[in-house]
Amino acid sequence: MGTALVPVSHYQMHRRVWRRLVQTARLCCGVPDYDNYVRHMLEKHPDREIMDYRTFFRERQEARYGGRSGFRCC
Amino acid sequence: MKGLSKLGWAALAVLGAFALGTVALRRGEHINAIWIVTAAVSIYLIAYRFYALFIANKVMQLDPTRATPAVLRNDGLDYVPTNRHVLFGHHFAAIAGAGPLVGPVLAAQMGYLPGLLWLVVGVVLAGAVQDFMVLFISSRRDARSLGDLVREEMGRIPGTIALFGAFLIMIIILAVLAMVVVNALAESPWGMFTVAATMPIAILMGIYMRYIRPGRIGEISIVGLILLLGAIWLGGKVAADPTWGPAFTFSKEAITWMMVAYGFIASVLPVWLLLAPRDYLSTFLKIGTIVALAIGILIVMPDLKMPAVTEYARTGAGPVWTGGLFPFLFITIACGAVSGFHALISSGTTPKLLASEGHMPYIGYGGMLMESFVAVMALVAASIIEPGVYFAMNSPPAAVGSDVVAVAAKVSEWGFAISPDVLTATAKDIGESTILNRAGGAPTLAVGIAQILHSVLPGEDTMAFWYHFAILFEALFILTAVDAGTRAGRFMLQDLLGNFVPAMRRTESWAANIIATGGCVALWGYLLYTGVTDPFGGIKTLWPLFGISNQMLAGIALMLGTVVLFKMKRDRYAWVTAVPAVWLLLCTTTAGLLKIFDSNPAQGFLAQAHKYQAAIASGTVTAPAKTMGEMHKIVVNAYVNTGLTALFLFVVGATLIYSIKTILAARRSTARTDRETPYVQVDPQQLANL
Repeated sequence: MGTALVPVSHYQMHRRVWRRLVQTARLCCGVPDYDNYVRHMLEKHPDREIMDYRTFFRERQEARYGGRSGFRCC
Repeated sequence: MKGLSKLGWAALAVLGAFALGTVALRRGEHINAIWIVTAAVSIYLIAYRFYALFIANKVMQLDPTRATPAVLRNDGLDYVPTNRHVLFGHHFAAIAGAGPLVGPVLAAQMGYLPGLLWLVVGVVLAGAVQDFMVLFISSRRDARSLGDLVREEMGRIPGTIALFGAFLIMIIILAVLAMVVVNALAESPWGMFTVAATMPIAILMGIYMRYIRPGRIGEISIVGLILLLGAIWLGGKVAADPTWGPAFTFSKEAITWMMVAYGFIASVLPVWLLLAPRDYLSTFLKIGTIVALAIGILIVMPDLKMPAVTEYARTGAGPVWTGGLFPFLFITIACGAVSGFHALISSGTTPKLLASEGHMPYIGYGGMLMESFVAVMALVAASIIEPGVYFAMNSPPAAVGSDVVAVAAKVSEWGFAISPDVLTATAKDIGESTILNRAGGAPTLAVGIAQILHSVLPGEDTMAFWYHFAILFEALFILTAVDAGTRAGRFMLQDLLGNFVPAMRRTESWAANIIATGGCVALWGYLLYTGVTDPFGGIKTLWPLFGISNQMLAGIALMLGTVVLFKMKRDRYAWVTAVPAVWLLLCTTTAGLLKIFDSNPAQGFLAQAHKYQAAIASGTVTAPAKTMGEMHKIVVNAYVNTGLTALFLFVVGATLIYSIKTILAARRSTARTDRETPYVQVDPQQLANL
C-alpha cells in the first residue's frame, strides 16, 4: 500500500452502484432516469422543449396511475 | 476453466439433491429451514443455468443483435433501454405482491413438503417459463399487452374472452386481498390504528413531493418510513388505552364497509395525493421486509415444527381449505409457482424497458425464480410456528369453536397438541386480544416473521412490534392494490360499457367516471361482504376461486406461447409451453368441476346449495348457520360461486378450442405465420454501457 495512489476507478465503482440503486428505486415507482431522458432529448430531438424535473415527475406519475397500466400484481 | 465450471455445477447439483433428500426423507424429527432454502436455491441456479439457457438458445433463438422495442421507440419516458440489474429490480417489484406470501401459508396445512415441491418444480417448468415466454412474445411484437397478443395471434373473439377473463380475475383478487386485510384488522385496535395512520402519512408525502420539493422521492420516503415505525409504536399505546383502544376496535363487517368506502374514495382522488406516495412506501417496505426475512432465516436457522406431510394431504379434509392434494394444492399455491397475472406485467410493462434480447432469461426467468424464493420463505415462516397455533389461527369457528379452551381441545384432538394457555400467551406476545379465527395467511405469516425478527433483534415487547410491522407491511400493499386495481378496473369497465353506451368511454367525464368506479367497487365489495359474512369463513371459498382464476390466466398465457411456437414452425420445442399448459388446464378444470359438481357438500357448491335448500324446506337450521337468514345466504353464495366457476371454465374452454384451431392451421401452412415485427439490427456493443 504505502504511497500507492488509490485508482480513480475505485471511487467510480461506489458511485455507479449507488446510482444503479437509486435508478432501481425510482423505476420501481415508475420514474425512469431523468438524466437519460434529457440526454435522449438533446441528442435526438434538439428542436423539442425539454421538461424540467418537476414536470417530468408529474408527467410520469400521471402516466403510471392515470391510465390502464395501473395494476400491479397480487 | 471450462472443466472447473462443470465441476462447480456438478457440486451444486449434488448439494441440491442432498438437501432435497434431507428435506424429503427425514421423518419424525424437526428439520432445519436451511435445508429447504439450500435445496430451493440450488435447484433455481441449475434451472437458470441450463433450462433457461436451453429455452433462450433453442426454443426462442434469442438474438442480441435484434433491436428491442425499447431501443426502436426510445423516448426517454415509456420506452427506455434500461440496465439489466435495474430492470430486474423493477420487474421483481412489479410481480411480487401478497400472493406468494399468502398461498404457501394456506398450503402449509398439508405440511411443508407438498408446497415446497410444487413451488420448486412449478416455477422451473411452468411459472418462470410463462413469464419468460410472454416477455419474448411481447418484446417481438412492439411490447403489446396480453389481450392484444391473443387477439393478434389467435383472433378477435379469443382476445376479447381473454380480456374479460382478466377483468374477472381482478375483481376476485381485489375481494380476496381485501378480505385478508379485514381478517387481520378485525378486533385489532393496534393494527387498525397503524393502517389508518398510513393515510395522513401518505398525504403528507404526496403534498411534499408535489409542491415543497417536487419529485424528491428518496428523502420523503425515509421520513415516511420513520413516521410509519412511529405509528406502530404509538399503535401499541393506543390499543392499551382505555378510551382510544375501543375507539379503534371494529368488527369484520364494519371494516368491510370501510374498505368499500375507501376503495371508492381513494380511486377517484388525484393519484399524487394518496395512491402514488403510499405505493412508494409499500414498494420500499416490501423489498426491505423480504430482504430482512431472508437474512433473518439465514441467521436464526429455525427448525420447522410443522410435519413434512399432514394427513390432510391424503384425506383432503383440512380445516383451512377443503380439497385433496390434486388439484387443490396446485390451485392454493398460485403465485410463487406459476401466476397468470405476471403475463400482464411481462407483456406491456417490462418489454418497453428491455435493452437487449440477451437480458430476457435473467429478467423473465430469473425474476420469477426470485418470486418463488419469496414464497419458499413464506412457507418457512408458516412452518416454524407451532402447528397447534397455526391451525387455531386459520380454522373457521364453524370447525373449531370460538374460545381458546374449545379451540385448543379441538386442535389437540386432530393431533397438534396445544394448550389454551399457549394460545392466550401467543396472543399476548403479539399484542392482540385473540389469535383465533384469523384466516387468510397474513396474520399467520406475521407471527412467523415476528418470531424470526424477534430472534435476530431480541428485546422486551418487540414481538408485538414486529407482528404489527408485518401486518402493516401486508396491509399497505394490499390497500395499494385495491386502490390501483379499482382504477384499472374502472377503465376496463368503461371500455366494456362503452360498446353499448359510447358516452361511458369518456374518461374525463365525472358521471362516467363515478358510474364505472361504483360498478367496479360494487362487484368486489359484494364478493368481499358475502365472504366476510359467510358462515363457513370466506377464505375457504374465495381463495380456491382466486387460485382457479389465476391459474386459468396462466393457462391462457401458456397456450398463447404454444400457439406462437407452432406458428414459428418450432413444433419440436412446443412441449416447453404445452406441457405446463396441459397441466394447468387439468388442474383448473378438475378443480372447477369438483367445486361445482362434487357430491360432498363441503366441497361441491351445488351439493352444498341442495343440502341447505332441503334443510330450509324442512325448516331446520344446519350448522354452521345460526339463523334462517344465514341458511339462505349460504344457498345464494353457493349459486354465485357456481356461476363464477362456470364462467372461468368457459373462458378456459373457449381459449383451448381457439388455440387448437390456430395450431392446426399453423401445422397446415408450410411457412411461418406468426406476427413478429421485422428484424432491425442493432450493435450489441452500443447497449453494453447502460
